[in-house]
Amino acid sequence: MALTGLQIYKLLPQTNCKECNFPTCLAFAMKLAAKQAELAACPYVSDEAKGQLETAAAPPIRLVTVSSNGHKVAAGNETVLFRHEKTFYHPPGLFVRVRDSQPVAEVGALAAQVAGYTVDYVGMDLAFDGMAAQSDTGDPNAFARCVAAVRQVNDGALILMSEDPAVLQAGLDAAPGAVPLLYGANRENWSALGKVAKEAKAPLALRSRDGLDELAEVSKKLQAAGVQDLVLDPGRRDFCGSLAAVTQLRRLALKHGARDLGFPLIAFPGEGAETPADEAALAAQFIAKYAGFVVLDQFSPALAYPLLVLRANIFTDPQKPIQVQPGLYEINNPQAGDPLMVTTNFSITYFSVANEVDSSGHPGWLLVADAEGMSVLTAWAAGKFDASTIAKAVQTTNVADKISHRKLIIPGQVAVLSGDLEEELPGWEIAVGPREAVDLPGYLKVMA
Amino acid sequence: MPIQLPVEKWSGAVREVTLGAGPAEGGSRSRIVTVGGETTLPFLHFEGKIPHPPQVALEIKSRRPADWSPLLLETWGDAARDPAAWAAAAERAGADLILLTLDLADSPAEAQKTVASVLQATGLPLIVFGPGQVEKDNELLVAVAESAKGERLVLGVCEEKNYRTIVAAALAHGHLVNSRTPMDVNLSKQLIILIHDMGMPLDRILMDPSTGALGYGIEYGYSVMERLRIAALQGDKMTQQPILVTPGEEAWKTKEGKVGTDVPAEWGDWCERAIHWETLTATTLIHSGADVVVVRHPESLVRIQRTVGALMTEKQAEMAMA
Ligand code: B12
Ligand code: SF4
Repeated sequence: MALTGLQIYKLLPQTNCKECNFPTCLAFAMKLAAKQAELAACPYVSDEAKGQLETAAAPPIRLVTVSSNGHKVAAGNETVLFRHEKTFYHPPGLFVRVRDSQPVAEVGALAAQVAGYTVDYVGMDLAFDGMAAQSDTGDPNAFARCVAAVRQVNDGALILMSEDPAVLQAGLDAAPGAVPLLYGANRENWSALGKVAKEAKAPLALRSRDGLDELAEVSKKLQAAGVQDLVLDPGRRDFCGSLAAVTQLRRLALKHGARDLGFPLIAFPGEGAETPADEAALAAQFIAKYAGFVVLDQFSPALAYPLLVLRANIFTDPQKPIQVQPGLYEINNPQAGDPLMVTTNFSITYFSVANEVDSSGHPGWLLVADAEGMSVLTAWAAGKFDASTIAKAVQTTNVADKISHRKLIIPGQVAVLSGDLEEELPGWEIAVGPREAVDLPGYLKVMA
Repeated sequence: MPIQLPVEKWSGAVREVTLGAGPAEGGSRSRIVTVGGETTLPFLHFEGKIPHPPQVALEIKSRRPADWSPLLLETWGDAARDPAAWAAAAERAGADLILLTLDLADSPAEAQKTVASVLQATGLPLIVFGPGQVEKDNELLVAVAESAKGERLVLGVCEEKNYRTIVAAALAHGHLVNSRTPMDVNLSKQLIILIHDMGMPLDRILMDPSTGALGYGIEYGYSVMERLRIAALQGDKMTQQPILVTPGEEAWKTKEGKVGTDVPAEWGDWCERAIHWETLTATTLIHSGADVVVVRHPESLVRIQRTVGALMTEKQAEMAMA
């Protein structure tokens, strides 16, 4: 937990020598507390005090990064329990598990499918982060073949799963260029796995079979052995128990300064599920509630898409609606005679409209008014999408110079604006479009 | 040293609200549903009481809804042409409750007849919503409130610009109301206060803070609900109503739910995607405090109920309580 200026002051030499360029040690301490100065500016601070200050300044949940060939997943560094308190920062990495007991062709096919999957959501390309390979056989060679089959077609992030250090080492050797997450250490094997992790500079996940005490105990030992990048699996698999466990871990880390538990969490929704639908629901639960890595046992576009969108939604900063740049957008190379439509700059709104026009094949001009990132009706109700906003957008974009007609199509939901707009834009014809963007292609067809 | 598990001490609780009345209370329902009563955040059984599981309602319409997704219309088949048959099918599908939405084309007499036939066809508690146009809502709901006297229906939706007539009708005939506001903690409180000021007891008001579908603003609804629930547990009296939301309506409005052709291949199988869309919208909202969710597809209903069941089952509770 962060220290106050006074607490920091007590750790400083208190000689007021001014070499830090502050008049007193207290002034310097205050600036440190406000994160407006660096501790290194004081040449006299003792090593012991330095240690204490660094520990206190460390984030309550450590940021742990898994990487491979430029792909990177970072989890942790969260600061709140509820997204409205500030925001959630690091969306959980989404992985799909394969096993070395499966035929390698099957492993390769699934890994390739996951690697090839991206889906557009409001202009963002959403994708899974990588694969998890699990050793069922206990045979290092079989595991290496499995990992190699994954790597051949999927250069995403990697999780290697075995309790045997020799098997994990074989997996690491089969994945040059990757810094995988190793899973999983426990009360018995932590020392051997810790060595493998330290050598490979890879993060290590530990699984408890006996509640949070075991997690804290093994975590403490691993940190003492020099393994700092840890990931925790509290061991519960059921809906109810895992919700309790992840909530308690997040609270312990954030509000109770439990350093040994201040690490991102990993979840395996397939292990707590009796049906694929259960797995989907449990995965969604872990996305909303506190997982840093989620490993699925199934993959299909029909599930990947909603899970990726849920992740994007939950990790949107509540203070900043996702927006697009206001301005004039050209869709399908419009000419001077093509229709002009107006909408708001809320990303979801803009893309619902732009995608429909785009896929209709009709050329069109889309004028995006600055509605402070709000949807059509929200902006209208808030007074941010009215006749004067729209008229202003028409003027600032000089759209009149680009088109040969004077007809503006407005969203059906704000039909009430027609009258005001005709006043604001003399000489223009205001046409009321359909209420929903899905009906735009049909509307444009009839118009053309 | 064993870890001290953190437990929040909440001073408030969600109010209990009972939907539907059996013969003993002047109604005809064979099933009565109580929601609310929580003394902690959703499913944190180690910390407080969650006396009633969230309930899943199926939505039916008084007339075959031409604008519904073909997937839904196909699933309900002929039942969607007859509200009584539809209600019976919804009950067989396992619904905890039924929400009936009336149509702009319904006359007050027709609405009364429809409600009577639905009450006849199912023993489940009933929620009745107007078509969503002020004058029509008032006209139909006043008629229905009177003819279904004593059934403890939930009538809705009450909004800031139109709640008085509906509340008065519910008050006079022993029904409940649904108080809907656009995703704002203060607006939500204000409307509860206004409705309560008309004399409506708080144990007859459900709170509907609105929501968006997955991909279409669910995060706003999610956070407003979390804030309302935290306020309730902290003792803010006018936020202590059980929460009802309509994820089904929102999810089936989206292109992902509604449409199966001319969509990107990455969206995958239409039916499976649409059901995930509805189900995950609903379960995510249940995690942020929903006590009643209204959905449209029977498969979503079953999946959501399974999730609720799992969240209400404390396996190896000793770990959480240790
Ligand atoms: C999410 C939401 C919010 C979010 C804002 C999200 C955002 N960034 O805009 C929050 C919580 C902040 C919010 C706030 C408010 N909201 Co609000 N909100 C909603 C909600 C639930 C969804 C809106 C949404 O995102 N829709 C999805 C987008 C894609 O829809 P869209 O922009 O309309 O675009 C569609 C169509 O219009 C069409 N379209 C768009 N452009 C074009 C262009 C052309 C040419 C054509 C043909 C078609 C077309 O295509 C799109 C897809 O079909 C709606 C209720 C609902 N379920 O719809 C209420 C709603 C819009 N909000 C409402 C209100 C009143 C408010 C507030 C004023 C309340 C308050 N607290 O004071 C505030 C105003 C904001 C402020 N003062 O800062 C009301 C508006 C009522 C009305 N009819 O006037 C609504 C309808 C809720 C209700 N039933 O009361 N809101
Ligand atoms: S350099 Fe260090 S000892 Fe000197 S005034 Fe600054 S804080 Fe104090």
